[in-house]
Order: sequence, then structure tokens, then C-alpha cells
Amino acid sequence: MTAAVARGLRAFGRFWWEFIVGDTPELFVATLVVIAVSLALASLHVVPVIVVPAVAVVAVLWSAARGRVRPRAED
Amino acid sequence: MKASEWVLVLAVFGASAVEMVEALTIVLAAGTSRGWRSALEGAASALAVLTAIVVLVGVPLIHYVPIDLLRVIVGALLLTLGLNWLRKAWLRASGHKALHDEDKIFAETVEELSHDGPVRPQRDAVGFAVAFKGVFLEGTEVVLIVISLGASQGRLGLAAAAAAAAALVVIVVGAIVARQLSKVPENAIKLTVGVMLSSFGIFWVGEGTGVHWPGADAFLLVLVAVFAACSALAIPWLRRSSPAQLGATT
Repeated sequence: MTAAVARGLRAFGRFWWEFIVGDTPELFVATLVVIAVSLALASLHVVPVIVVPAVAVVAVLWSAARGRVRPRAED
Repeated sequence: MKASEWVLVLAVFGASAVEMVEALTIVLAAGTSRGWRSALEGAASALAVLTAIVVLVGVPLIHYVPIDLLRVIVGALLLTLGLNWLRKAWLRASGHKALHDEDKIFAETVEELSHDGPVRPQRDAVGFAVAFKGVFLEGTEVVLIVISLGASQGRLGLAAAAAAAAALVVIVVGAIVARQLSKVPENAIKLTVGVMLSSFGIFWVGEGTGVHWPGADAFLLVLVAVFAACSALAIPWLRRSSPAQLGATT
């Protein structure tokens, strides 16, 4: 019974890990950075309005650049 | 309706439409190869479970979780989903990733199901399970988006209604055109939804952590414009290094 529960919990955890992190952990990390930057700069007026979206934009650009199909090197 | 509510409706409607097209393809394949009764029962059961999740998780979230914490959590979730959708849509639009092909998925699912033994005339467990799984897995993302956007703005009913409307439109159109689902401009919808989810994600993380957005809710439209402009620049930039482009220039 407990083994079945543990298996179920593991499967549940794996499902959510795959769903949220999956094969783009850099975007998950970027989200955590966005939260941290937002918390750190919230008291400043204009700076977070520019910096917080900029962090997300840079992250997705970098992740997409990493996801490009690269041509195979000539043998 | 406020600007943020319009964006909410559009985002949920688009996300639900894309996921339901994918789910409908699987249900059509299950129905064609294993019988319609079991496939439709499987799809209806999955929709019932997804609705129950929205009610059981979404309503307590609105009532019992402090609003700022809720906004940071749902903002983070929306931002992660949105950035992933954007990335995938950019890579597909620029030729670095294959477009989602509903005709191919339909053919593959029918082929797989044809190896699963004889079809039972009344209730076919295989057809039921495949349709249930297809609708449930595709619908989970929609449920997350409905709960996140609905709970953070206190408009769970509006978000659920937008998702249900999209599902209904896809079902009606799917019933009429049957196997023409590959004609749906799925990547363009995915790109649009990615822009909206990312904008909402940034907006709610900022609200929850105390950032003062100029113009309050209206700043969402600025964020949408930023992510849309970024997409307009990123896709041609990525296309320059796509396999087709490199092949044409070498």
C-alpha cells in the first residue's frame, strides 16, 4: 500500500516536473530570476518596469538561440 | 470589460482552442478506429474531470491564498508556460522545429490503435482510454491557465467560460470539417497565446512583488506589444540560420 502511494507520488512529481521544467530548465530558472529581480527592485519606480520584462525577453531569446538546429560539421 | 479582462479572454480562448484541436485529433482517431461511443465517453469523462479540477482547485485558491502570494505563484507559472510557448512557436515559424501536423498525428494514432486487438461493439476500453488520455493531457495546460488567470484577477468564471467557448467552437468546427484540422493556423495561435501568457506572467509577478506598473492594468498592452515586437524580430533572425536557409545558400 505505502509502496503504491510512493509510486503514485513519484509519478505525480515527475509529471509536474516534466510539465513545468521539461527540456527547457533555463526558462524555469529565468522565471525565478524574474521574481528575484522584481522583489529586489520593486521599491524603485522606473527601473523594474524596464528591467523585469527585459530579463524575460533576454531569457527566451537565449533559449530559442540554444534550440536552433545546428548544421553538422563537415567530416 | 477592462483591458486586462479582454487579454484574459483572448489568452484563455486561444490556449484552449490550440489544445482542443490537438485533443480532437486524438478523439477523432479513437472514434474512427475503435468506435464513436467509447471515444466520446472517454472525451466527456476527461472534460468532466478537468472541470472538477477547476472548481476544486480554483475556488479555494481565490478565497484562502493571500492575493500577493497568489499573483507571484500564478505569474511565475504563466511566465514559464508563456516563454515555452513563445520559444516553441519561434522555432517552428523559423524552420528549426517541425510544425505540428494533425494529419500525421491522426494517421499515426489510427495505425497504433489498429494493433490493439478487436474492437468491442458496445464499450471499447482502448478507445475510451485513448480519448480520455488525449483530452485530459491536452486539457491540463488549459486548466492551469484558466485557474492562474482566473484566480489572479478574481474572474475564474470568465476564464472558464472562455475556455469552454473555445472547446465548443473547436468541437463544432471539428464535427463539420472532420479531418481538416491541419488547416488550423496552430502555430500562429500558439505564438499569440505565448505573447499573452508571457505578458500576464510578468505583469502578475510585478504586481505581487510590489512593482508599480505605469497605467496599472493598461500596462499589460505595453507588455503584449513588447513581446509581439520581440517575436517579429526574433523569427526572421532565427530563420537566417534555419536548415532550409543554410541549404539554399550553400
